Amino acid sequence: MMDIDHVAALARLKLTDREKEIFSRQVVDIIRYIDKLNELDTSGIEPTAHVLPMKNIFREDEIRASLPRDSALRNAPERDGGFYRVPRIIE
Amino acid sequence: MQYETVIGLEIHAQLSTETKMFCGCPAKFGSEPNTQTCPVCTGMPGVLPVMNKKAVEYVVRTGLALNCNISSYSRFARKNYFYPDLPKGYQISQYELPLCEGGYVEINVDGGGKKIGLTRIHLEEDAGKNIHDGAGSESLVDLNRAGVPLMEIVTEPDIRSPREAVEFMKRLRAVVRCIGVCDGNMEQGSLRCDANISVRPAGQEEFGVKTEIKNMNSFRFVEKALDYEIRRQTAALREGKRIIQETRLWNADRGITESMRSKEEAHDYRYFPEPDLMPVELDGSWLETIRESIPELPHVRRARFISRYHLPEQDADILTADMATAEWFEEAVRLGGDPRVVSNWIRGELARLLNEDNRQMEDCLLKPEYLVDMLKLIDNGTISGKIAKTVFEEMYKTGSAAGDIVKEKGLVQISDEAGIGAVVDEILDEHPEEVKRYRAGEAKLMGFFVGQVMKKTRGKANPKIANELLRKKLG
Amino acid sequence: MNIEEARSAVIRGEISPVELAGAVFERIGAVEEKIGSYVSVRKEHALSQAKQAEDSIRSGDTPALPGIPIAVKDNICTKGIKTTCSSRILENFIPPYESTVTQRLGEQGYVLAGKTNLDEFAMGSSTENSFFGRTKNPWDLQRVPGGSSGGSAAAVAADECIAAIGSDTGGSIRQPAAFCGVVGLKPTYGRVSRYGLVAFASSLDQIGPVTKTVRDSAILMNVISGHDPLDSTSAAVDTPDFTSALGRDINGMKIGIPKEYFIEGLDGEVAGAVKEAIKQLETLGAVAVEISLPHTEYAVAAYYILATSEASSNLARYDGVKYGLRVEGDDLIDMYMKTRDEGFGPEVKRRIILGTYALSSGYYDAYYRKAQQVRTLISRDFRKAFETVDLVVTPTTPTPAFRAGEKTADPLQMYLSDIFTISVNLAGVPAISIPCGFTSANLPVGLQIIGRHFDEESVFRAAYAYEQATGWHRMRPRLQE
Repeated sequence: MMDIDHVAALARLKLTDREKEIFSRQVVDIIRYIDKLNELDTSGIEPTAHVLPMKNIFREDEIRASLPRDSALRNAPERDGGFYRVPRIIE
Repeated sequence: MQYETVIGLEIHAQLSTETKMFCGCPAKFGSEPNTQTCPVCTGMPGVLPVMNKKAVEYVVRTGLALNCNISSYSRFARKNYFYPDLPKGYQISQYELPLCEGGYVEINVDGGGKKIGLTRIHLEEDAGKNIHDGAGSESLVDLNRAGVPLMEIVTEPDIRSPREAVEFMKRLRAVVRCIGVCDGNMEQGSLRCDANISVRPAGQEEFGVKTEIKNMNSFRFVEKALDYEIRRQTAALREGKRIIQETRLWNADRGITESMRSKEEAHDYRYFPEPDLMPVELDGSWLETIRESIPELPHVRRARFISRYHLPEQDADILTADMATAEWFEEAVRLGGDPRVVSNWIRGELARLLNEDNRQMEDCLLKPEYLVDMLKLIDNGTISGKIAKTVFEEMYKTGSAAGDIVKEKGLVQISDEAGIGAVVDEILDEHPEEVKRYRAGEAKLMGFFVGQVMKKTRGKANPKIANELLRKKLG
Repeated sequence: MNIEEARSAVIRGEISPVELAGAVFERIGAVEEKIGSYVSVRKEHALSQAKQAEDSIRSGDTPALPGIPIAVKDNICTKGIKTTCSSRILENFIPPYESTVTQRLGEQGYVLAGKTNLDEFAMGSSTENSFFGRTKNPWDLQRVPGGSSGGSAAAVAADECIAAIGSDTGGSIRQPAAFCGVVGLKPTYGRVSRYGLVAFASSLDQIGPVTKTVRDSAILMNVISGHDPLDSTSAAVDTPDFTSALGRDINGMKIGIPKEYFIEGLDGEVAGAVKEAIKQLETLGAVAVEISLPHTEYAVAAYYILATSEASSNLARYDGVKYGLRVEGDDLIDMYMKTRDEGFGPEVKRRIILGTYALSSGYYDAYYRKAQQVRTLISRDFRKAFETVDLVVTPTTPTPAFRAGEKTADPLQMYLSDIFTISVNLAGVPAISIPCGFTSANLPVGLQIIGRHFDEESVFRAAYAYEQATGWHRMRPRLQE
């Protein structure tokens, strides 16, 4: 049922074969438990995305101070001048 | 076999808000890299988005201007994928329940009107920019653009030719600029256009296999890229080949589209409702307020210019291409300028000067009232039509009034017969040979004499009087 | 010493904030090695905050937390101070901004005692899933303190701080409070700003206090509650003075006892203590009635879909680009995959896999949407119950603190230890866990009191009445050699 290679690729997780084996088994166990939700007939039931009935939460279009560049980039594992640096992206 | 083209467009328009979609960082283009970021738009752990109200209103404004149904209930979703320019690992976008659905844009093709249907308009955040420095093994990331509000407009597959596509884009750009939601700059990327394009044997019901064309950052490239792609697809089908569904990039240098050959597996964006944002509910009164903020739209104004000012269609097209030009024109007419004459000055001299300076009407120093003043000076004979061009250019450059320039530069037309008569006498004395030939019947030499008078008076002689005197004296 | 006592001692000048901080650090020095409550303690920083508090008190200020040392769970961002989420991937992350909650604590003069340990990214029920090692239960060092706010609860129980701040997504404040014999409140969703709380499951996460007494819980809630324009899910409701609910009698209050919580699997001693506590509440004038929350048995299943799905997305930002760990790879994608593989621990990876799977193409309706619908049913259960009762009273956990390592091999059993706390997060209602007795092995038992949306006052009122009548909160672990 679950294609662990596909899911790990989507999640950008490099798993060892052993991890794949363990996680597959455990996740499948959990899913089997979760499948008990199918005992419930939920047709016509609105899904809840938020528990509070709030709407239209906005801010005004007003400028607030940005971070100084050094402070924004301070945690970057690799930087190049004013940029974040990453391995070359192949388009 | 005849083939028919089917095109659908996906347009991304950066909204011209002051700040980003979910934080207070400036949204402006062209700053030093990573100087317009904060914890929110760099996706620091623990931060939360708060929606820019103006961005929502801009999308709704666009929806109203493009005849869409505005959703009374709309919500945001996360689109999950990894990319270095996407700091959170997901883009906040809309999936189910976008702000606007339906709608259309009417375009003119071959003298007839055609409606291009819209599927939806939704609001999302832009990504940052990845920069690939030449042959290096690394890329650089600038997050200034990350989180800038972006409006996505998706059309139905109603477009049948590259010309229609360009016509659609021009109309759309005119609208978004007119209603002030996007500056429409394709080169800087604030208005971007991707196309889904396929060809099919004429008369066939079902669509052919489509390709997605990206990187067309001007109207010209939209037309060229789509033209190329039609030729490519048609040729392939004629040879019995199959079209591969893929994304292709327009290469402007080579004038072709190229397959991206992405090794990326099929995308699975795992959309789900954004838990950090609450839904948007648009009630009647808010909608009304937004509706009232919409100025007269370009096509409405164009029709009005034709009927009210009796302008040719071509004039109306140019005058209504942007709001500032239309307003400039109407102000000049309101102040007493003849519509045709004002239009000629705008389309002629003013367009030329702005174009030379690479300027927009918004930055024009020359005020409509100065043009009207100048036209009066022509009418009452104070300056000649020829001198007027000099005055106009001077007004354009300095922003001074016509009268001041005329006075300051001594450009007043010489209209007294004695003054011009003296000049005429001098000229006739200097050119006895031509006088003889004229009197012998060579009538076209009159132009030569007038020219000499103008030369001597540096264009200030009233040409009508000069003509009369010459005729009299040459008897 | 609790907040109430420390505050009056400081205001009266009996002890200075610097002395108070010194005493807390002395205690940390003495017991931290055994307990492991903290990920980091920044003594210098704390002493300078204490000094500032002293100066401000001298100039006549009487803030709510004058120099009171409070521990903060290490998934809440503190500007300039490492915030790790107990994960290798954020081992060296120093936030350039302050969370709203610590900002508000700061405005009331608190001293940051340290950042407490947690299950990595708050994913777990035992504080065993920490890159920095497990935290131990002060009542029995062989046992877990609960999780994920195990560090906060253990620090409070072991007197390594005056009070602490935790976060609760499926029971992460209440369950460790129950295991450690302290008071833990999960406020109504939207009551306390989440700005600066590193997201695990955004629609469920909520910050709350872990304290020695109910009054301290109310005092901290007075400070940290209230609308925050930086959090779109923060409710624009007024913050009452929660302490004014304390001391009001509970005569005539109706408490519902859901039959679904007294089931097979509930430890006999826990059941006994809770039943005893209900009797006590009745003695105090409350009227207990049996009620039904019929969808309780589906809560864990729905929760693990919603929480892991949201988590799979929330944790996508840890990609080695902007902050945190990076492990170099052959290319960009390889860098991503190695960074995330080495940066995350097994429980986090397991949940990312489950959540990614649940949201992947073709499964959304079967899992995510279905779980959201079940969430609706669970919310309705509570709404219906609260039509007839003022509060719902249950055990906080099915068992007392379990042994370290006991459930690590079986994730599902670990998840089921949150069976009594998860519904509350799904419904977004407030709930407190207070000590209500001990097992024969001298392990604390927690009583959970659940209220209506934004009715923390009734919760506090009943909890305080019970606490004052029993005095379980005065029990402290003997940290024997």
